[in-house]
Amino acid sequence: MTTDAALRRTPLYPEHLRLGARMVPFAGYEMPIQYAGIVAEHRAVREAAGLFDLSHMGEFHFDGAGAVAAVDRLVSSDIAGLEVGQARYGLLCNEKGTIVDDVISYRTARDHVLMVVNAANVEKDEAHVRKHLPKDVAFADRSADTALIAIQGPRAADILAKVAGGSVAALQPFGVKSTRAAGAEATIARTGYTGEDGFEIFVDNADAVQVWQALLVAGRADAIVPVGLGARDTLRLEARFSLYGNDIDETTGPIEAGLGWTCKLDKDFVGRDAVAKQKADGPKRRIVGLVVEGGVARHGHDVTSDGKVVGKVTSGTFGPTVAQNIALAYVPTELSKVGTALAVRIRDKDVPATVVKTPFYRRAA
Amino acid sequence: MSAVPDDLRYSKEHEWVRLEGDTATIGITHFAQEQLGDVVFVELPEKSASVRQFASLGVVESVKAASDIYSPISGEVIERNVKVIEKPELVNTSPYEQGWLVKVKLADKGEINKLLSAQDYRAHIGETAGAGGD
Repeated sequence: MTTDAALRRTPLYPEHLRLGARMVPFAGYEMPIQYAGIVAEHRAVREAAGLFDLSHMGEFHFDGAGAVAAVDRLVSSDIAGLEVGQARYGLLCNEKGTIVDDVISYRTARDHVLMVVNAANVEKDEAHVRKHLPKDVAFADRSADTALIAIQGPRAADILAKVAGGSVAALQPFGVKSTRAAGAEATIARTGYTGEDGFEIFVDNADAVQVWQALLVAGRADAIVPVGLGARDTLRLEARFSLYGNDIDETTGPIEAGLGWTCKLDKDFVGRDAVAKQKADGPKRRIVGLVVEGGVARHGHDVTSDGKVVGKVTSGTFGPTVAQNIALAYVPTELSKVGTALAVRIRDKDVPATVVKTPFYRRAA
Repeated sequence: MSAVPDDLRYSKEHEWVRLEGDTATIGITHFAQEQLGDVVFVELPEKSASVRQFASLGVVESVKAASDIYSPISGEVIERNVKVIEKPELVNTSPYEQGWLVKVKLADKGEINKLLSAQDYRAHIGETAGAGGD
């Protein structure tokens, strides 16, 4: 066994063991990579419902009269325009206009914003945030005390309504509300990372097990299954959601990463001028979706054109729903047009790949 | 189905061999497919390629990662399993039957003695399961 004393465990760790999960180190935590199997879990989310432990994610709280304005100045997207009960995806950028993290900001009250950040970035993000924080805003990192459970899939709303009441089914996409779930105080948002309808449920660590178990029981008739990080990755990649550390990081800018839509350039935010310049100049490279014929592209593989290395794969897998080998890769802008024939160098062989439109998968409306 | 059939020989790298005259059918074990998870791609040598004992035979990719497969025996590839190339999940659902990878004409029958019996392989994965892990 790989036992690393430094690895942390979420409050749901005993549940994962009971459910037969294979545990792996991830972002400093011991997390379930799979239970029954990645493909079965992936299909369950597309067809019915899946339950995810995301308690490793970071939760920042901003409080005070200036909280919304402060987050608006930190995040690339329009936070000032959020109504109470709305959330939005956006980026934390540095002054160079590269990506410090991708986050979701939830306006849960007039003067309160909850920001969910990537587990591996919690410390870095806190340092970044504190540098730009006005004095009238209280900041708290509650990552260690907060459990996050996601329920995702076409049956998610009906299942969640059984433990949190019918009002959750009325939440709009990216809506958020404070309510109760399985007897616990919970913040519930209609957000996710799978390309399906679904919800993310924030509770205190102490309440995590009862909420998790209640959802598994409530979803039994719908064949809900627990889902590990393996299927989380295949689901998000089919839906073409960026993975921080793979597709985006502090060497990538929002425009080349295909995240220009998250940048509201007619407001001020950290990195705004640099991003505006990236947009005006036009990026030299762009992230594209690839379908690979005859091999599975993986993070770090070279992309080639006529035998010459022109780019790099940042994410790649077999997509169980699209039944194709799919990848995201940075390529020169002139080779980024849909339909461009490229190749991915897999084990010293150039395997044909075609630039395709993304997302690879979009659920039926 | 037994997880380790008695009538096969095994490599420490979790390949199996079924001997019929001077033909060896090669695949990966139940234990190996379980460790790999859902197999989504199989890369095999061409027909008439020569393979050497314990040298690379091909690659099996699961959703998560690529894993090298080593030939448990030397010889010439006389057949490759076209079905498993089209339906890689056969490696998971039927590792010892429909999920075989290649058939090889043996170069040296004596090499069989370098492989594990079913009993020894059971002990080997008992050790691996206890000592290894992810």
